[in-house]
Amino acid sequence: MKGFYMLLVAVAVIGGGALWYGSQRRAAPPAPSAPLPVAAAEAFHGYTLGSDSAPIEITEYSDFECPFCASFATVQMPVIREQLIATGKLRWRFRDFPLPSHKYSRYAAMAAQCAGEQGKFWEMHDQLFNNHQWAQTGKNPRSLFRDFGRAIGLDLDKYDACMDGQRYAARIEASVQEGEALGVRGTPSFFVNGRPFTGRATSDDFKALVDSLTKKHK
Amino acid sequence: MIRRQAIVLLALVGLLVATYLWLYKIGALGELQCGTGSCEYVQTSRYAELLGIPVAFYGVAGYAALLGLGLAGLQPRFTADRRVGTLLAALATVGFAFTLYLTAIELFVLHAICRWCVVSAVIMTAIWVLSITQRRRPWSPMP
Repeated sequence: MKGFYMLLVAVAVIGGGALWYGSQRRAAPPAPSAPLPVAAAEAFHGYTLGSDSAPIEITEYSDFECPFCASFATVQMPVIREQLIATGKLRWRFRDFPLPSHKYSRYAAMAAQCAGEQGKFWEMHDQLFNNHQWAQTGKNPRSLFRDFGRAIGLDLDKYDACMDGQRYAARIEASVQEGEALGVRGTPSFFVNGRPFTGRATSDDFKALVDSLTKKHK
Repeated sequence: MIRRQAIVLLALVGLLVATYLWLYKIGALGELQCGTGSCEYVQTSRYAELLGIPVAFYGVAGYAALLGLGLAGLQPRFTADRRVGTLLAALATVGFAFTLYLTAIELFVLHAICRWCVVSAVIMTAIWVLSITQRRRPWSPMP
């Protein structure tokens, strides 16, 4: 019996020592190259498409799991890109607004941000919306998103590190809070030069709006 | 007697594993040593908390209770006490059921496996089997 208690003490001491050692290592300052979570206060206001000198900016608050957002991205957005953004009339800004009712929308937003870290935000944005079946299956999209990352040429090791560390969680949360402060309640929601857009979210209506605003600027 | 000793030893190891995961969850450890598993993914998922409390903390509490009860059951005045065996079996059954739930979440919801969770699941399963079998056996007090 005495031997048993000695064994217990030995296991407790070794295990406790390992835990203590692990916590002390944590206390040391991180190496300069360690990927730290990106703080909310970084003043990041979304990825943009189009010229910085475009007179009009539309900000979209969107949720990657939202079917209306996917429909807008795949049906209306190509026309907007071609007729308004590519022509220098409009700059498009994308903000994350993952709805709490959607299981994987925050995860998808993270995937897009982690792709953005490698300069491929819009490529991942398109993958997530063009292959929107993932949002209907309810299955964990982790491996599918990695496949998207592979398809657009991401460095998957960096992508995995970013996802596992939830590096942009604070950025996404900051975007949600900014949207809520502006009155966003659903997705997609749009702001034209900072003002809420209440019309129909079609390329025709956006084109008419941009044309009328462009005339006013002239 | 050997079964209760095994339960105590397993509960101690389980307590260390659960404490490790709990320390990670509260930010006292930088990263989990997980090899190729998906520990961080599982531990940072929304299923890693229950009623606002880290799941790992339930593990710490459960293993601590098993350890305390097992140690008490090794004392000469309790070795023949069937109530200790019954309590151990009841507590281990609750722990085993919780382990089944967590493993199902990993396999069928998250589709990711945390190796430390597997270690804990194996330990809890072993404790449950031992606690059930030790209860069935009549006690022969130590001379």
